[in-house]
Amino acid sequence: MCLGIPGQITELVDLDLLVAKVDIGGVKRDVIITCVVDDEHPAEECVGAWVLVHAGFAMSRLDEDEAARTLAYLAAIGDMDAELEAIRNIADALERSA
Amino acid sequence: MNLTGTITLAHGSGGRAMHQLVDDLIRRTFSNPLLEEGEDQARIPLAKLVTQGDRLAFTTDSYVVTPLEFPGGNIGTLAINGTVNDLAVGGAKPLYLSCGFIIEEGLPLETFARILQAMRLAADEAGVQIVTGDTKVVQRGGADKLFINTAGVGVIPAGFNPSAGGAQVGDVVIVNGWLGDHGAAILNARGDLALDADIETDCAPLNRLVEAMFAACPDIHCLRDATRGGLATVLNEFAERSGVDMLLKEAALPIRTPVRGMCEILGLDPLYLANEGKLVAVVPADAADAVLAAMQRIPEGYHACIIGTVEEGDGHVILKTAFGGERIVDMLPGEQLPRIC
Amino acid sequence: MKYIDEFRDPATAKKLVEEINRLTSGMFPSTSLRERSSPLAERSRSQPLQVMEFCGGHTHTLFKYGIEGMLPADIEMVHGPGCPVCVLPMSRVDDCVTIAEQPGVIFTTFGDAMRVPGTRKSLLQAKADGCDVRMVYSPMDALTIARKNPERDVVFFALGFETTMPSTALTLLQAHREGLQNFSLFCNHITTPATMRAILTDPDLKLDGFLAPGHVSMVIGVHPYDFVTRDYHKPLVITGFEPLDILHALWMLMKQLAEGRCEVENQYARIVPEAGNVAGLKAIAEVYETREHSEFRGLGNIGDAGVQIRSAYAAYDAEKRFNLQAAASSHDPEHLKCAEVLRGVIKPWDCPAFGKDCNPQHPLGALMVSPEGSCAAYYAYGKLAKRKETA
Repeated sequence: MCLGIPGQITELVDLDLLVAKVDIGGVKRDVIITCVVDDEHPAEECVGAWVLVHAGFAMSRLDEDEAARTLAYLAAIGDMDAELEAIRNIADALERSA
Repeated sequence: MNLTGTITLAHGSGGRAMHQLVDDLIRRTFSNPLLEEGEDQARIPLAKLVTQGDRLAFTTDSYVVTPLEFPGGNIGTLAINGTVNDLAVGGAKPLYLSCGFIIEEGLPLETFARILQAMRLAADEAGVQIVTGDTKVVQRGGADKLFINTAGVGVIPAGFNPSAGGAQVGDVVIVNGWLGDHGAAILNARGDLALDADIETDCAPLNRLVEAMFAACPDIHCLRDATRGGLATVLNEFAERSGVDMLLKEAALPIRTPVRGMCEILGLDPLYLANEGKLVAVVPADAADAVLAAMQRIPEGYHACIIGTVEEGDGHVILKTAFGGERIVDMLPGEQLPRIC
Repeated sequence: MKYIDEFRDPATAKKLVEEINRLTSGMFPSTSLRERSSPLAERSRSQPLQVMEFCGGHTHTLFKYGIEGMLPADIEMVHGPGCPVCVLPMSRVDDCVTIAEQPGVIFTTFGDAMRVPGTRKSLLQAKADGCDVRMVYSPMDALTIARKNPERDVVFFALGFETTMPSTALTLLQAHREGLQNFSLFCNHITTPATMRAILTDPDLKLDGFLAPGHVSMVIGVHPYDFVTRDYHKPLVITGFEPLDILHALWMLMKQLAEGRCEVENQYARIVPEAGNVAGLKAIAEVYETREHSEFRGLGNIGDAGVQIRSAYAAYDAEKRFNLQAAASSHDPEHLKCAEVLRGVIKPWDCPAFGKDCNPQHPLGALMVSPEGSCAAYYAYGKLAKRKETA
């Protein structure tokens, strides 16, 4: 269960009910943004944010830096550098857990 | 005729109200010499027909779409183009249509008039005439606003014989453009999923396109319009009837972004979405370029492209995914439902 | 489409598959691994690694993109029970139909539940028989229907794992704020960790690792899975739903196995924060409490795996509103082997009913019901496999 699609908030529709419009590949839908607003991310500043939409609710903010990191990592998998980095990461992790 | 108010049972009673509706509105909108003869049947001279081919094509279809009107068309344009296309994909030149209305009382006259006008325009565009018809009005609840049945006849030129069982190994599969627009437009227009997208129906007559295709290659092996059940269903019919496999390349399938978006949101597969102006053709590989070029010269075929090939097999449709894998594109057990799983 | 298309790139996929291949082929003959008493130590090459993708959404991605055909034979995917439609007992569908049949009721549901057979009929059949059953995209849309139809009793079928629970909880809380009298939830939510534990406690279990559901995890966070590595020593990777996400996660899992690690890793960091979703978890805790026993189709009763609406919100609980009696558990026909398939003990085609009296047109068992169910998926996929064998 769990069809969820990334979309971008384009407009705040109702500040009291926390409704915003998201755009998903040109399709627009009003969603509830309760789960993606907090003190750090006030509703007033949510336009432009990428969110994961499920059943009419924005359920999580999409971390654009993490997405870029994952893609960069995937692009590098199989390359020597990535291998080295992976080993370094493991070494770091071992150090931390030690 | 005064177009305020709604259609009532009186409009179907056989009395003055019915005459007004039929004569002043329907007949006047559809007007043409055969219809104007005003008999209980259209009397079509045979002499002209036999000069155009050696077989009569005869088809019928009923239209019950909700909502009646949607971006890019309405139930009337569907009723004309749907039947025109059923004739056209048999290789026939569509000529005459019948038209039966079943109207639920309470339908605004203005809506009905708008639908009739759209039918006239569609008929003119397709080069066909509505030559006979019938109108019934039923009580509220007896129908859903308006149902339309159209039947059509056309003439098939000698030598044209596309068939669902005609696909041969080595053939290529062609479609004439964007897939799934109609299905997505209707989902959007129904509004019960509260989505808002800029998607229009692809409803269009395909007879000119088919004519151009046959001119480029008289030996088109299979030809169908991909309506209910979409591309996937038509290809499954071809594969089963021909005893071959159809290998589709996902990367080659033309699908608009908003249609994709809607499918991603609702968990639908665009291959099963309905089209109302799309055909699927299976043609010999050596004729593919010529057919494609002929199609791309006509608006209904601007975006025509090759989407797959016919392979040895036992009746399956296989999709080579853009990602690199393969999957079977089966017929669905029933209507495709939106899902959130 | 941004953040979708990048994660469907075939060139990266090809490279990932090669890397996965390299890892698995390196793993099996390795003596150093055997010495390290890794979980693979006693394996022979004839036994492939079994990885369970718990979530039906992952199963869907596997089939939609043909991923299983791309994987080395050393990896076998076991399709888990994370498909709420598949594990929904028939008696609950019967309850839905009973509610829908009450005069004045508008029964609203996700499209997924429409075709699931009950012992009497499905919701689709109930609709054909005259019940007002409506498909909605969001529980909020059901609330809109309730606002527009104050004289009707609007019920929403709250179904699904933790991903969906915040949306139904927040909808209920909104109805409560507005003082709506004609809205209720028929709650059938189930929880992931408890269901996973039920699978892990099976003595016949052969699984080597898990792909954990990314969207459940965006709600519950990373740590609820800690018991899987700690108590059951199975590595686990929280995984996104695009095809590259799955390959990436499989690569991470293979790397864990190859390196003898057993950790909870998060492949889906772009969506899944470590602590989950605070507002969502708060809404869940406010509205729902653990149900002592929940019946799962194919798995039987699982303790603490379901939730019910707290008594403070009893007015919005369709179970109470319509006075539903605890339904007698409805048993599937005896020759069905759903439970064994669900736990990866046997393959769908080892079940005597598979493809015979149980098929997608007439599903008998839970796993044939939804296209995400492993039997329905294998039914479609099997044709392809068979074709390849004969080619």
